[in-house]
Amino acid sequence: MNRGMLKFAAVALALSWMGLAMAAPDVGQAQKQPLNVHAIVMFFIFVMATLGITYWAAKRTKTASDYYSAGGGITGTQNGLAIAGDYMSAATLLGLTSMTYFQGFDGYIYCICFYVGWPFIMFIMAERLRNLGKFTFADITSYRLDQRQVRTVAAIGSLTVVVFYLIAQMVGAGQLIKLLFGLEYWIAVVIVGVLMVVYVTFGGMIATTWVQIIKACLLLGGGTLVMLLAFSQFGFSFEKLAVQAVANSKKGLALMAPGSFLSDPVTAVSLSLGLMFGTAGLPHILMRFFTVPNAKEARKSVFVATLCVGFFFTAVAIMGLAAITLVGMNPQYFEGGELGSKLLGGNNMPAMHLAHAVGGNMMLGFLSAVAFATILAVVAGLALAGASAISHDLYANVIRQGQATEADEVRVSKRSSLVLGVIAVLLGIVFEKQNVAFMVGLAFGVAASCNFPVLILSMYWKGLTTRGAIWGSIAGLVSAVLIVVLSKAVWVVVLGNEKPIFPYEQPALFSMPLAFFMAWLGSVTDTSVRAAREKEAFEDQYVRAQTGFGAAGAAAH
Amino acid sequence: MSTAVYERIRKNPKFDELVAKRSRFAWTLTAVVLGIYFIFIMIVAFKPKLLATPIWEGGTASIAWPIGAGMILLFWLLTGLYIRRANSEFDDINSEIIKGAIE
Repeated sequence: MNRGMLKFAAVALALSWMGLAMAAPDVGQAQKQPLNVHAIVMFFIFVMATLGITYWAAKRTKTASDYYSAGGGITGTQNGLAIAGDYMSAATLLGLTSMTYFQGFDGYIYCICFYVGWPFIMFIMAERLRNLGKFTFADITSYRLDQRQVRTVAAIGSLTVVVFYLIAQMVGAGQLIKLLFGLEYWIAVVIVGVLMVVYVTFGGMIATTWVQIIKACLLLGGGTLVMLLAFSQFGFSFEKLAVQAVANSKKGLALMAPGSFLSDPVTAVSLSLGLMFGTAGLPHILMRFFTVPNAKEARKSVFVATLCVGFFFTAVAIMGLAAITLVGMNPQYFEGGELGSKLLGGNNMPAMHLAHAVGGNMMLGFLSAVAFATILAVVAGLALAGASAISHDLYANVIRQGQATEADEVRVSKRSSLVLGVIAVLLGIVFEKQNVAFMVGLAFGVAASCNFPVLILSMYWKGLTTRGAIWGSIAGLVSAVLIVVLSKAVWVVVLGNEKPIFPYEQPALFSMPLAFFMAWLGSVTDTSVRAAREKEAFEDQYVRAQTGFGAAGAAAH
Repeated sequence: MSTAVYERIRKNPKFDELVAKRSRFAWTLTAVVLGIYFIFIMIVAFKPKLLATPIWEGGTASIAWPIGAGMILLFWLLTGLYIRRANSEFDDINSEIIKGAIE
């Protein structure tokens, strides 16, 4: 096991170095950024540190519980940081800064929508998740329902979310690394894929958790530093920042209010629902609740995560506004050195240019390395969640019907993460030239429509039966995917049709109520003996959910 | 294995008290958060101009930003309020109930 681990790490390193070597001749080419030495050195320090942690974690990962949930031995504060690390992707840093840079307050609205799921998770879900779950959220939905059927649909829901999210991250990673490090797109994607598989296969949840904690600290530290340096140039006066931003932006005063972006009320409400409840249905986030020993620590982790996410989003908004002046008024950040032409490296670059503007190459290198680390941590969490859905839900409980040994289950999980890694790399390469922005929306839409309704009903509604859960999940999944495919983002932009069939791009407002309705309908019309037994079993589940008695505790080491 | 214990817990009047107290508290906080959030979203959707009002008479920075940051801060403080009660008062009752049921 350890020898295999070393071999893998060596391969990972060799591949990364190979990437570097191959990137070197590209320095002179026009479109790519010059090789960024600072960034690469710092990134290597990060990779070495995380591989070291993976090695350490591999030695401590003995049981299935260690592998899936770090033996329940993570503290609330650690888990809070890890949740924040899982949740804040490179898209948060780059995309939301860019949105504030171009759209002003609309960017901050987006941040608030992404944020508001957290208090909700705290009040309504955290303690029940911890008290009822063990390794995956399907443990909860299938608690008193038919294991095979309910776990199958839950696993399909999880895998759909994981795959779409992974593709978006992979394509983002490839583009970003090509830009920031001067590496070839495919090499970047392969490096991300290999490192992700190494973390997850050898270090399981323990390694994944620590990669996320380190990344969260780096991201928070780096973001705060850039924000403070930028803000200091305006004397820490928000009014001064706003005056200059308005004067220097094409949008002018429109920066200061909600703009065209969310002008359509249906889209605004649907997006806000999807982001809020989607957060509460993301399998890699839900899984994090099983790594703490009890409900007390679960609550603490949400408290810490909420603080980190809220603070970071606010820092990002300030960065975006500051970039309007500090980046937007500096010709060196534009193609051909001309103000008003395209931003060097594309529209996602204001955060990076801002780092350069306030801290030179050193700061740019640091933030680039942080962005890469961020992607690695997020994909590791996703891969672990996907692999667990395959091994714990599909393999151990559906195929082997609970008869698989722990060793078998973990072995399947490791293989699954390898398969997921290969799929992610291949799809990442296939989708290189595509606009994948809709995929994160789709992942949230499916999470909000397929995973969330059944999860919340299984915890709160006695009347939910297996048939209701199946109907609800499938209705939510199919309608969310269908709506996105028929909307402008896919039907027109990707498939090249003239007009969208469905007028709105955000599915949640339609697909989520449909999922709830079908879950209700399927349950109340279910008069089978099994349904009666399932309703009766709610009593015990309810007591356990409330008190935590009988919950999977911290594994004794 | 634990059905008997679960039943004993269920019959303890303190259990009902715990559930009632905690649920009321959690749902009240949820209602506050969702209420404020959806009022905000409705303003964004239907009355966006309202948020463009300058903070200071004749200033540029609009009230939209402090309102947004205020919401983020308030919601975080509410999660703090919840765990303050849940991790002490509610958890104390909880462990008492469990102790009573297994003895």
